[in-house]
Amino acid sequence: MPKVAITLRVNGDLHEVMVAPHRTLDEVLRDELGLIGTKVGCRTGDCGACTVLLDGKAVSSCLTLAVEAAGREILTIEGLAPGGEELHPLQRAFVEHGAVQCGYCTPGMILAARHLLDKNPTPTHEEIRRALSGNLCRCTGYAKIVDAIAAVAEKNRS
Amino acid sequence: MALPRFEYLSPGTLDEACALLAEHGADARPMAGGTDLLLRMGRTGRAPSFVVGLRRVPGLADVRFDREHGLSIGALASLATVAAHPDVIRHYPALAQAAAATATVQIRNMGTVAGNLCNASPSADTAPPLLAHGAEVLLHRREGERRLSLSRFFRGPGRNALEPGELLREIHLPPPGERTGSDYQRISQRSQVDIAAASVAARVALDEEGICRSARLALGAVAPTPLLVDEAAALLEGRPITDEQVAAAAALAVRAARPISDVRASAAWRKKVIGVLAARALRAAVEKALAQ
Ligand SMILES: Cc1cc2nc3c(=O)[nH]c(=O)nc-3n(C[C@H](O)[C@H](O)[C@H](O)COP(=O)(O)OP(=O)(O)OC[C@H]3O[C@@H](n4cnc5c(N)ncnc54)[C@H](O)[C@@H]3O)c2cc1C
Ligand code: FES
Ligand code: FES
Repeated sequence: MPKVAITLRVNGDLHEVMVAPHRTLDEVLRDELGLIGTKVGCRTGDCGACTVLLDGKAVSSCLTLAVEAAGREILTIEGLAPGGEELHPLQRAFVEHGAVQCGYCTPGMILAARHLLDKNPTPTHEEIRRALSGNLCRCTGYAKIVDAIAAVAEKNRS
Repeated sequence: MALPRFEYLSPGTLDEACALLAEHGADARPMAGGTDLLLRMGRTGRAPSFVVGLRRVPGLADVRFDREHGLSIGALASLATVAAHPDVIRHYPALAQAAAATATVQIRNMGTVAGNLCNASPSADTAPPLLAHGAEVLLHRREGERRLSLSRFFRGPGRNALEPGELLREIHLPPPGERTGSDYQRISQRSQVDIAAASVAARVALDEEGICRSARLALGAVAPTPLLVDEAAALLEGRPITDEQVAAAAALAVRAARPISDVRASAAWRKKVIGVLAARALRAAVEKALAQ
């Protein structure tokens, strides 16, 4: 199949890439653009490790064709703290609350949390848990992840 | 696993999409959110030669409601949009519940209600509430359009009434009546992320005296297709919905169910639980109708 030229807008930067139509967004982000912050777990839409925001909405990049993401706004974990110096409040809260262990689920968790807080800046614990139902973590037992997001929500409240 | 290779076509109009599908026949598949289609390609390692992406066709993502015409859900309207739509929550609550209970946040942002129906899984979450609300599907091809009652759309597991070159353009629900309530109940082995092992949607409309004007009971995951229990409607209509009536209707749901045993549940368990879910859904639908 011939490759097609597309423009991906990732974290505000434009990238011209040649992709085969069957390549998924996670593959292109990692293999072509070197943005390896996006993790890949199941490739079946179940684990949430590959979550990115597409036009502001959390999606599984493993089930998104790169050609269908062309021209849209893509946010990956690398775009959350652009300078790489000052952490995003969610990232800081994850560190402070011990919500990161091996870290494999963390980029997806943080982007799913960002999607939630964009829609609802002050979610309840129950709303946080529901919003993370598509993100699996093998390490933390989830409690500290929920605490970290709740702490950011608490700051939004005041 | 990486996806098998295919060519991606991106038509700009519905007619163009239908023309491509007609031209390539079995070598082409339409794609909405892709959450079923791409998953299946990854699992089976097989892909059609052409994927016809619908994303660029304008107007397909709309959800429109008015009291006179009812609700229209375009082919690209996502599960998340439908679950959060104020008119759906208010007038078609079973559908809002089902869309919100489908999959995960990510999959609901990507997947569509139309794709859920076209995929024709017996356990498709949005099918029972749409059946209970009397939905019709508008099927489009270049030569024109036909309207089909949703109950005639499902033909078997993974099989629907679409002809080659035909696309589901819109799902249409009649206007909500007075004193009408609906509810969706589902059960799965683990969390809500699991595919439903059994599900029920109920819709009831009452008159001023509390007599049932019309009723619908629809079942998911207990037959080769999502299923309307016509006998339950006949039993309930024209009388008040008492506890005895609810129990009798639930018994009819159990009788209508023709479940199989699979990884999610045994047939015997499904038979038993479908009656429990039917009674719960009916009672909740009556409560919502009374609260209007
Ligand atoms: C992790 C995960 C969890 C899931 N959980 C659930 C769940 O709990 N409940 C549930 O019901 N489903 C679930 N699903 C299945 C899936 O997400 C839904 O069925 C979804 O609604 C499909 O919509 P889509 O737009 O992604 O469909 P697509 O994958 O784009 O299409 C599905 C099928 O319909 C055809 N099609 C799509 N649109 C049209 C159209 N307009 N006209 C004609 N044909 C069309 C396609 O060719 C394909 O065969 C899950 C999927 C995943 C990956
Ligand atoms: S890798 Fe995409 S959801 Fe698991
Ligand atoms: S921290 Fe290891 S998977 Fe979540």
